Amino acid sequence: MSIVFYVLTTITVMGALAAMLLKNTVHCALALSVVFAGLAFLFMSLDAQYAGWAQVLVYIGAVAILVVFAILLTKGSETPKDGVFSRTWFVGLVIAAGVFAVLGWAVMGSMKALPQLTAVPQVTNLDIGNALVGRYVLPLEIVAVLLTAAMIGAVIVAIHEKEGQK
Amino acid sequence: MLDTEMVSGSLTHCGPSCDYLVLIAAVPMVAAGVIAFLKQPRRKTAAALSIGSLSFSLLLSLIAFTRVLVDWIHGVATHSVFNFTWFQAGTAHVDLGWVLDPLSAVMLVMVSFVGLLIFIYSTGYMKDDENYTRFFCFLSLFAGAMLGVVIANSILLLFMCWELVGLTSYLLIGFWFQKPAAAAAAKKAFLTTRIGDVFFLLGMVWLFSQTGTLLFYNHGAGSMEVAALAGLLAQPAAWGLTAAGAIGLLIFAGAAGKSGQFPLHVWLPDAMEGPTPVSALIHAATMVAAGVYLIARVYPLMAAGMPTGGTTTALTVVTWVGAFTAVFAALIAVAQNDIKRILAYSTVSQLGYMMAGLGMGGVAVGMFHLITHAFFKALLFLGAGSVIHGCHGEQDIRKMGGLKSDMPLTFLTYSIGMLALCGFPLVFSGFWSKDGILEAAQHWSVAKAPFYMLVFGALLTAFYMTRQVAYVFFGVWRGGKPAHESPKVMTAPLGILAFFAMALGLIGTPAWPWFRSFLDGRAAAFDWHGFMEPGLGTLMLASSVIVIFGWWLSWKIYGDRSPQPMEPDPLEKAAPMAWGWLRDRLYVDELYSATVIAFYGWWARVTDWLDRRVWGGAVAGVAGSFALWARLNRFLDANVVDGGFDNGCAGLAGGGGLLARVQSGRVQSYLRIMALGVVALVVILIWSSRP
Amino acid sequence: MTSLAYYLLVAALLFSIGLAGALVRRNAILVLIGIELMLNAANLNLIAFWRYGPHPERLTGMIFAIFSIAVAAAEAAVGLGLVIQIHRHAKTTDLDAMNRMKG
Repeated sequence: MSIVFYVLTTITVMGALAAMLLKNTVHCALALSVVFAGLAFLFMSLDAQYAGWAQVLVYIGAVAILVVFAILLTKGSETPKDGVFSRTWFVGLVIAAGVFAVLGWAVMGSMKALPQLTAVPQVTNLDIGNALVGRYVLPLEIVAVLLTAAMIGAVIVAIHEKEGQK
Repeated sequence: MLDTEMVSGSLTHCGPSCDYLVLIAAVPMVAAGVIAFLKQPRRKTAAALSIGSLSFSLLLSLIAFTRVLVDWIHGVATHSVFNFTWFQAGTAHVDLGWVLDPLSAVMLVMVSFVGLLIFIYSTGYMKDDENYTRFFCFLSLFAGAMLGVVIANSILLLFMCWELVGLTSYLLIGFWFQKPAAAAAAKKAFLTTRIGDVFFLLGMVWLFSQTGTLLFYNHGAGSMEVAALAGLLAQPAAWGLTAAGAIGLLIFAGAAGKSGQFPLHVWLPDAMEGPTPVSALIHAATMVAAGVYLIARVYPLMAAGMPTGGTTTALTVVTWVGAFTAVFAALIAVAQNDIKRILAYSTVSQLGYMMAGLGMGGVAVGMFHLITHAFFKALLFLGAGSVIHGCHGEQDIRKMGGLKSDMPLTFLTYSIGMLALCGFPLVFSGFWSKDGILEAAQHWSVAKAPFYMLVFGALLTAFYMTRQVAYVFFGVWRGGKPAHESPKVMTAPLGILAFFAMALGLIGTPAWPWFRSFLDGRAAAFDWHGFMEPGLGTLMLASSVIVIFGWWLSWKIYGDRSPQPMEPDPLEKAAPMAWGWLRDRLYVDELYSATVIAFYGWWARVTDWLDRRVWGGAVAGVAGSFALWARLNRFLDANVVDGGFDNGCAGLAGGGGLLARVQSGRVQSYLRIMALGVVALVVILIWSSRP
Repeated sequence: MTSLAYYLLVAALLFSIGLAGALVRRNAILVLIGIELMLNAANLNLIAFWRYGPHPERLTGMIFAIFSIAVAAAEAAVGLGLVIQIHRHAKTTDLDAMNRMKG
């Protein structure tokens, strides 16, 4: 594997760890952004440029901001008195470790079946566009509906309370 | 001279003419029932009911007697029965019924007449007693029961009335139950007669099982009739007896108890604890006569199979017991000092005479003496009651004396009774009746000893009666307050009885044997030649001489002397040991006390111990085991069942609680579990898809 | 090890880290962050498989990943809106304290 891979991987994993371990919630959100960025570049290194830039736009540009907003709105910046981790954090850690172990075992065990490197795909926007409205038009429409519903739902959830408070 | 056949007339079924017989017995019993509900102060009502009911019975008895008399005049011996079935048990009929024949007719008149006189006497005698009403209730009940015994044609009815008579005797002897002596005497009477009754019951049951009927006379099917008797004779029992003889002996045992024959005589003298009218009625005239009457009633059974010129075993036993009792009791009477006790032993002795008469001479001989004895013994007892009443309750003859001037009427009537009892020649009934017995004894084929015993008994009778009369009526007054004559209501019955004590003799003389003929249903002719029978004149003369000798001897020893109360009797001075034996009643009571009663006391203690320890222990053990079981059950129930249930529920609740902790409500817990689940699934997936 | 295996392992690692965070942290928002991480790890898987799969020219993997990104965004919006709402109601975002479903 190339050096780019290792660098990007290290940044991403470090960022993930930071996101999960830092005490200050805002710092966690920022670390999350780093993770998003790392992943975006990883996508690009896998010749999925469109997905990479989509990641940047959506995740870093919207989700991360959203998270920060939420943190600020819920006074998450204040460090809680009795620690940020649950009392039974070790159990959770063990379970997560177990999950990783299983996944890793699955991967290592299926190495013979994994395909080899293939030729670099030449992907253009036109292809993606054609795919989206051609082959994958149904998911596209469904996602559109979903987004609409989510938006309306979020608005309702937020607004209802406000009206109640009035 | 012995009548072996009673039935020479036809057996007619009673129509309306003898259905009334039951009333004779029932009316006094109903009166008793009514009186039982009266309150104590209603004395006149009680007495009126009592006397009225018995008068009614007397009237009916006279009507019945008249009918029998009329039949006799026509040469027929009445024999009417009225039988009915009380209930059926399987194939066995339990029948009751009553019979009207010369025997029952005579007895009915005697019982109701003497009873009525005594009732009237009692109104005077018991005037000062506070339990007057109760007395008349019991008297009426007794009268009804006694009359029931007389008319009974069913041995079961006879037994039931027999028991009732025993019960009322108990109630009346123990009338003054506050006195311990009276209560003890009543108990003794009841228990002693009970012993006899057990044998009677055995005999009755045997008779019933053997003949299949309870009725004496039932148009040929009765137990006293030829067919049944033949069957009984054919049946052998133990010790060479036939069934007839054995049953006869058993029934005699019952009669011996009631009539005070040796050895069951011990209750009679003690029964004098009761009021004097009771002694007169029950223990002189009627109840004790019931035993004799019973033997007369079952005489066909007793005499069954009698060989000509001989006698049956049953009758032999009756004779010997009677003769022995006559002498035995007379000896004891000589040494007694209580006026009533002398008369009581005299009664026992005379009952012995009656039994002997029945055994040797047949029904007429025994019954004649019974009838005459009833009158003069009742007279003597009532006279004694009058004396006691006049002497303010004193009963010891040594503390009396000279009463012939203080109580002339009583003296006169008492003397008549005494002369009748002794058998003063010719004028008095006792002479004829006793002579009848002596005559039968003289001609008895089995042995001569009873004759001599009875003669000796007559001597003794004269002796002790003279002694009694000398002490009571002659000499000087030795008591406390002066005596007075009794009221007319008491002396009038005395007079009536005295008259009969003399007059009744006429019906039984050999010249005119009316009584016997009446019982047989044959015509009786007045025939002077009756006196000419061989040996009869000699016998009459001899018995008169003996009686006069007895008087003379007694008068010589006791007459016109006034011994001080505590001075020993002249005879006692002469033969102190013998006197002592006689005065102490020949120790029969003491013997019983030492043997039977001691045994029963021991037995009662044993059964009590058994009952309390063994059976009681067993019961307690069972109860204890039940209690233990209940406790165990409760323990199990509380601890095992409930505990188990509670613990189970607690376990479930605990388990539920434990499991509920899974539902912590916290999202992260759920997430963790989900993650675990996914891991497990994946592992399974991979494991299963491995090649 | 093939390069695909590397990517897959990285994705697995990221997924585990995100899961650990979601299971361990007390703040609800951080749980959502963890979930975002998990989603991203899955995206990486998708892309990796697309790149090293048999028919990359069909664009299946990438389109899938794009849709995943869109859905994740919508989900984040709604989820965070809910967290804000809960915060208004309970005055806290501490998940340990939110146990009204306990039972």
